[in-house]
Formats: sequence, C-alpha cells, structure tokens
Amino acid sequence: MMMKWRGWTLATGVLAISALAQAAPPSAAMLSNACAGCHGTNGGSAGPTMPSLASQSKEAIEAAMKKFKSGERPSTIMGRLAKGYSDAEVSAMAEYFSKQKLHATNQAVDAAKVKKGASLQESNCGRCHIEDGKEGKDDTPVMASQWLPYMQMQMADYLSGTRKMPEKMKEKVDPMSKEDLDALLHFYASVK
Amino acid sequence: MTLDRRSFLKLVGAGAGAAGLPLIGRAAELMPKSGKRVVVVGGGYGGTIAAKYIRMMDKNIEVVLVEKNDHFVSCPFSNLYIGGILPDLTELTIKFDKLASNHGVKVVQAEVTGIDAAGHTITTSKGTLKYDRLVVSPGIDFRIEEIEGYNDKTPELMPHAWKAGPQTSLLRKQLVDMKDGGTVVLSVPLGPFRCPPGPYERTSMIAHYLKTHKPKSKIIVVDANPDIVSKGGLFKKGWKKYYEGIIDYRPAKKVTAIDAGKMNVLIEGIEEVHGDVINLIPPQRAAKIAQVAGLVGDDKKWCPVNQATFESTLHKDIHVIGDSSIAGAMPKSGYSANSEAKICATNIVALMNGREIVGLSGINTCYSYITDKEAVSVAAVYALQEGKIAGVKGAGGVSPDLSAAEAVYAKSWLKNILTEMST
Repeated sequence: MMMKWRGWTLATGVLAISALAQAAPPSAAMLSNACAGCHGTNGGSAGPTMPSLASQSKEAIEAAMKKFKSGERPSTIMGRLAKGYSDAEVSAMAEYFSKQKLHATNQAVDAAKVKKGASLQESNCGRCHIEDGKEGKDDTPVMASQWLPYMQMQMADYLSGTRKMPEKMKEKVDPMSKEDLDALLHFYASVK
Repeated sequence: MTLDRRSFLKLVGAGAGAAGLPLIGRAAELMPKSGKRVVVVGGGYGGTIAAKYIRMMDKNIEVVLVEKNDHFVSCPFSNLYIGGILPDLTELTIKFDKLASNHGVKVVQAEVTGIDAAGHTITTSKGTLKYDRLVVSPGIDFRIEEIEGYNDKTPELMPHAWKAGPQTSLLRKQLVDMKDGGTVVLSVPLGPFRCPPGPYERTSMIAHYLKTHKPKSKIIVVDANPDIVSKGGLFKKGWKKYYEGIIDYRPAKKVTAIDAGKMNVLIEGIEEVHGDVINLIPPQRAAKIAQVAGLVGDDKKWCPVNQATFESTLHKDIHVIGDSSIAGAMPKSGYSANSEAKICATNIVALMNGREIVGLSGINTCYSYITDKEAVSVAAVYALQEGKIAGVKGAGGVSPDLSAAEAVYAKSWLKNILTEMST
C-alpha cells in the first residue's frame, strides 16, 4: 500500500508536494471510511436500498464510479460524490472494499422464487456472475447477499433504459419474464 | 453493570471523606487507567463513531465513552415525527450496548462537568477519569441571553426541539393540540447553527401536517438570515408547489425578545408576531462542557481545531468533533460528525502509535424531506486545501429537483448511519 501511494504521489507532481507539507495523502481506509455512513461499516450495508460494497469486485466498483462520474449511470447523490475523487483514489477505495468480508444479509426471500432463480442463474447468468454470484468476473458485480430492494430498483432502471444494460446481459435478460427476473433477484439475495 | 455498582460505592466513600472540599482532585477515580486510554465525551453522531473506530483500528487502546443518557435520539428524521409521518421516535433511538459487546468500548453513563487539560483528567457525575487523549463531541447549547425574556422555562412553552427527545415530543404534541385555523411560528437563528437545512425541512414537515390535518392553519417562518441558508432554491420550489398559502416565509427577521404571556415573539424588539404554537430555535454555540473547558475560540462560540486531526488548537491532546468544532467547509450535520469522527479516530491512533498523520478525506450527505414522498439532498467531498478543510471543486452540490427516489434513499441513509453508531 505504501509503495503504491508513494508512486501515485510522485506521479501527480507539484500539487502532491504542497499536500505533503500538511500530511500524507488519504489512505485507502481514510477514503473508504467516509463512505460507510451510507454503505455501512466496512461496506456492509444495513439499508435495503443502498448496496453493500464489502467483497464487491474491484473492477465493478471502479466501473460504477466511472459511470456515475460521467453520468452514464443514473444516480441521485453518487454522481455528485464520484466527481470528488481521482481515478487513483477510486481504485484505492475499490480495492479496500473488495477485500472486506462478504456482508451476509438476512432478508425475507420467497423460497419458491429462490429455487426457480437458482436454476435460471445456472443456465443464463452463471458464466459472468460466477459462483452463484459470490464472485465477480472482471467488472461484473458480485450479487450474493445484495439487498433485494436495491437490486429491484437497479433492474427497473435497466428495463426502463435509464441504466444501460451490458450487451451480454441484454441477450439473456430480453427473453426472460418479469417473474423470472424477480426470481433471480430473490436467489441472489439468498446467497451467503 | 458491575462497573456502575462499584463506582457508586466509591462515590459514596469519597463523598463522606471529602465533604466541603473542592470536587476536583477529591472525586473518586472511576476506572484507574493502566495502559493507553482515550476518553470520548458524548454518545451522538460523532462520539459513538470515534469510540468504535479507535477500537476497530487499535485494540491496545482502551476507549471509554461517557454519555449522560442511556440512549441517543437522532435529530435527523425527527422532523418527520413532528410532521406526523413517523409514528414515534423508536426508529431514531439507539443504545450503546453493542459498542461494548462488539468492540469493547467501555460505556459510562455520567455527566461530564469538567476537563483538566493539564492533568489529563475529566470530572464526571460519577467520578474522575484519566486519559491520554480526549475526544469531545458534545453537540450544541443555546445563546439564550440574546433573547430577552427567555428563561429556563421557555423551552416548555416555546420548544426548540433542536435536541431530539422530549422537546421533539413536546412540539409534536403542541401541533396536535392546536386548533384548526391556528398559527405556528418557527424562528430560525442566525447561522452557523446545527443542521443548516433543518429549519426549512421542519417548516416543510409542519406545513405537510397542517395541510393534511389542519388546512385552515398556517406557519410563519421568521428567519434571522437574509435568505434560506441551505438548499434554498429547492425548498422554495417545494413550498410553491405544495404549500402555497400555508407557509409565510419572512427573511431577515431576527427574534430578539419574547412575550411569554401573549405568546409573541418580537422582531428586533419592535415587531410582534403571535403564534398558537411557537417553535423558537435560539442562536447556538458549542455545548457547555466545551465552554467550561476553555475549548472555544475568540468568537466565544465554537471550537477551533487542527484541520487534519481535530485536535484543539487551545488545549493539547483534546480533540473536538461534530457541531462544536470549526471544521472548515464541513457543515454542522450528522454525516459530517460521522466523517469527522473517523478522520479524528484515524489520526488519534496514528499519533498514539508514533505514526505519520493520515491526510483527510471526508464526506457530507444530507437529505431533507419536502413532503412525505419527496426529498432533496446536498452532498460534498472534502479534502485539505492550504491547511483548511475545503470542498473538492467540481464535486458535490444539491439535487436538481425534488425527488421520490431521494425520499427512499434517505431512509436507508438513516438505517445505515444509526446502525454504524450502535453496532
């Protein structure tokens, strides 16, 4: 971590020198802890419409922040906040959250939907959302134990077109019914 | 609660032996200090987080959290109870037991009456406590001397409800008891005060209640400031859209006196405004303990601090966070206190381990409800610039419009921040 920050500091040149006169640059923990008021301690969210960041894929967080920043991904507050961080700072936070333990939630899920969702996951989504959604592949997000209301809001944004679906996901989602999609989300919410 | 019993017995012993002598130096030591210790004063948005995060970052530091009450009630969202949207204050109330069981924070329910900075000792209603470093997060007090006629009984008649709890319930009760056709007066003090958008969210919530339950009634807002202090455009838009004819907003009207008998407030000592219910929010300063301990600066109101560590610039080894502190561009908000507590905790741990100070990064996010279904927000990211805490340029700002999504997200904001403080 120290080496990395030092390299980053040198690379940013003159600005960094004046910052160093006051204190070292913010650490990954310093940057990430500020997010925890909304995303929970170490990124384990207790609020059903705010996603847990704990154990999330580093690339997925980086991609999300980049899209929040540019406005490509719709948001209320996140776009405004994302603009406050350099790419290096975003990477540091993304890595920090990716290393936290998965935040297992105890949500009310429908057992029949979970069962149906499990088989849909295997046949449709498992190539990218690997290990039952417990792992992210590249910038594919970890889905396991994510809050159901959060995922439902995101899916609604995908279906309405306000959030752009990745091509590979669209191919799989388009033929599915609303019930199928709902079952999938119940499944992901149930994974611990 | 072995601790309480033991400290009680000690106090009884000390009381018998020390009659007539000054309290300091004579009050029993509550918990003798052996290793490294941080004492945290105040169990609110700042204090709970400072205590928890110091323990999370260094288990070798003993942390004692001293709070007067056995619970804490959140000011954020208390306006929703006043407006009749929340049924009670249960959702806004936290306890401290899990900070003890999960993190080993030692919680002492006592009132802090003095700080001996040179002796690294605080005096509480239950005895003294020694510390290596002290975190003071006590919130606000009122400059009641600036309002003629205001006395200890005034809050019972004209509640401020600016510290959540019984005052919040009292204001709610007065609104419920008011006749339809009545007038509510809300007075906003000159800034800075706790929660810059708070008075205007409260205005919205009271207006929502009146519109829904007492449609012949109105609310007059007398604001000492030249205009709405925070999210002004959005509040005005919301008021025009939903509360036309209900909210009478009067800027640059400073309440300087009250007439309790007539239920009037007086603007600049001359113009009388009558209310059936008066929500009088007095001008503010750092809480009494910060005043007593000599932590306030030349303005006699707020506490100047080192902008990287929140260590007082007036007393070594004492850190002041939350509403009491002068934190550059960070507003006096719950989320700011949360963020400041983590910055402070990080650097207390660094200092106590002889490590280099970590650069500051902070956030504020703050939601205000306009109706029961729509809210607005303000957000900012903070960094040190030329030795001061400043908003990162190009980031932050207010919502583009009133939003139903923000009313939904706000609920998760509350759930997360209170969970952070209590687990």
